[in-house]
Amino acid sequence: MISKMITITNDTGLHARPASVFVGTAAKFKSELMLQKGEKQVNAKSIMGVLSLGITKDSEIMISANGPDEEEAIGALVELARSNFHE
Amino acid sequence: MVVFSGIAGSEGIAAGKAYVYINNQTVIGMEKVAPDAVSTELEKLNEGIELSKTQIIRLKEKVLQEFDESKAQIFEAHMMMLEDPEFIGAVREAVISDCANAAYAVKKIADSYIALFEQIEDDYMRDRAADIKDVTSRLTRNILGISSWDLLSINSPVIIVAHDLTPSDTAMMNKDYVLGFTTDVGGRTSHTAIMARSLGIPAVLGLGDISEKIQDGDYLIIDGFEGKLILNPDKDQQAEYEIKIGQHSERRKKLQEVAFLPAITVDGKSVEISCNIGSPEDIHAGAANGGDGVGLFRTEFLYMNSNALPTEEEQYEQYRKAAVLLQKKPLIIRTLDIGGDKKLPYLPIPEEANPFLGWRAIRICLERLDIFKTQLRAILRASFEANILIMFPMISGVREVREAKKVLEEVKDELRRENMKFDENIKVGIMVEIPSAAMTADTIAKEVDFFSIGTNDLCQYALAVDRMNAKVSDLYQPLHPGLLRLIKNVIDASHRHGKFTGMCGEMAGSEEACIILLGLGLDEFSMSAAAIPAIKNIVRNVSYKQAEEIANHALELDTPEAVLEYARNILNQINKGSVQSTSLGRMGI
Repeated sequence: MISKMITITNDTGLHARPASVFVGTAAKFKSELMLQKGEKQVNAKSIMGVLSLGITKDSEIMISANGPDEEEAIGALVELARSNFHE
Repeated sequence: MVVFSGIAGSEGIAAGKAYVYINNQTVIGMEKVAPDAVSTELEKLNEGIELSKTQIIRLKEKVLQEFDESKAQIFEAHMMMLEDPEFIGAVREAVISDCANAAYAVKKIADSYIALFEQIEDDYMRDRAADIKDVTSRLTRNILGISSWDLLSINSPVIIVAHDLTPSDTAMMNKDYVLGFTTDVGGRTSHTAIMARSLGIPAVLGLGDISEKIQDGDYLIIDGFEGKLILNPDKDQQAEYEIKIGQHSERRKKLQEVAFLPAITVDGKSVEISCNIGSPEDIHAGAANGGDGVGLFRTEFLYMNSNALPTEEEQYEQYRKAAVLLQKKPLIIRTLDIGGDKKLPYLPIPEEANPFLGWRAIRICLERLDIFKTQLRAILRASFEANILIMFPMISGVREVREAKKVLEEVKDELRRENMKFDENIKVGIMVEIPSAAMTADTIAKEVDFFSIGTNDLCQYALAVDRMNAKVSDLYQPLHPGLLRLIKNVIDASHRHGKFTGMCGEMAGSEEACIILLGLGLDEFSMSAAAIPAIKNIVRNVSYKQAEEIANHALELDTPEAVLEYARNILNQINKGSVQSTSLGRMGI
């Protein structure tokens, strides 16, 4: 299992379209993917879970992956956040 | 056979099967299923999910066709919720471990998410809670096999029965199959009524709890003239109404013949008959009914069908489209009239005890100059080589007119600096809907090019009657002598200053009010497209001299009932073709 800590930098945070893009990307991987903010951890492939974290701009979140394509999955999600979800 | 009486929201008669549209929550209870039926419930769940997805794809396509990408995005989120592994996993788990029926399991899990989202102090999250409600109520109804709530799936002629209809409900309707509307709440100026009139279909509203009394598939007759609804009529009744429907369509056919003739009285006074629109597409209906132009473009629909403030470009595109469709016929664009009963999800208006007396329309715009200026820029840019007029709503006195005009001048300067072209002589007017503006019309007339009387609000403010409140709706009387005197004051003031007065409220399309308004000197009548032919027909069958006499007489009457009775008598005579100038002054009373 690998994990990576990132800071969300886009204005809307993980809301609306960015949340859909994030979950849509996560769903493409076979690995188990988790997203954690503070104490709360959710399945990164669950739109409702991701939304329920209420991730706003400047939130620090941890992405964890466990499975056959864990490296690529983390890489793709981190890259997505860095690009501000193509906003 | 049962007869119900309500409010005549839109004229016409329709007969057909009821389609009960349930837009409030269905009650779903826990029903324990036998352990060997669990797999059946899981199958129902899967089928419900698949059906919901198909519907959402169709909805999304329809919205994409009629609006744009941004409005379709919400359905993307709905789709993902139905594919959410945690959510669906939890529902399956609930079915299996509790032996629960699938619909209940969906509701139970959805409710826990909704509670979680509603806890978060954020408007966005609360709206997402509404999305979960929306998508899961779709899912539960599909599981339960309740089909009659998906307005998009209508594929045979029906009368829509609902508690109330919202703009998004009517946007989703397949309008080719909608014969009429009937609802529990709402009056003549509710969204449902306005929509029905623009579609040219009857509506009977304010029927209390009709949506609970009528079953899907019941046979109904709705009479939008009398405000009557007949549930499962007997043979005689049905035959009687078939005749009426025939007469009505014959009358419409006849009226259609005069629709394209000029609106000119027998003694040669011409008035403008134009239509009210909510989107550029409505211009087609106006043109098909012989409208001269647009007396009211309600721009708030642009804002209400959006998830964020529409940009200058988005607005420009719509205004320009309308101007091009009208080919230099006048287009009166009303600036944003939000607040009151119209809310925007992305523009929070604090809770108000009296929203109709609160922060709305020009009051918002003069504070939120960013919103106001963006709209003015778009309107001005669209005005180049077109015939656009700007109208400010909710003006209470001359100070607001001056302030709004000052902003308009600032925007013009901006555009000049940017070398953007616009109509340098664009006309500016106000909507007269607040009694103080009607009383001081002589002062305001010096500042503007025209007035347009918004009778829906003017009547509600002048008579102190909440037009949404079915309980007092009988006090809402546009023919009240007090209102007629206000209207006269406005028209006279404008004429003294060489300006014109139009009317864009519902009253402008009222056959009973038509001759009185004509006689008071109204220059322009703007109404829903379907009303145009009948109004033109009246104008073409009286002389202005007669109309003046009638108006003067009406002003002297003491009650709204007396005015109404008088107006109806005259209308009957006109319809019989027997109006004679000499008898008019003594007629009716």
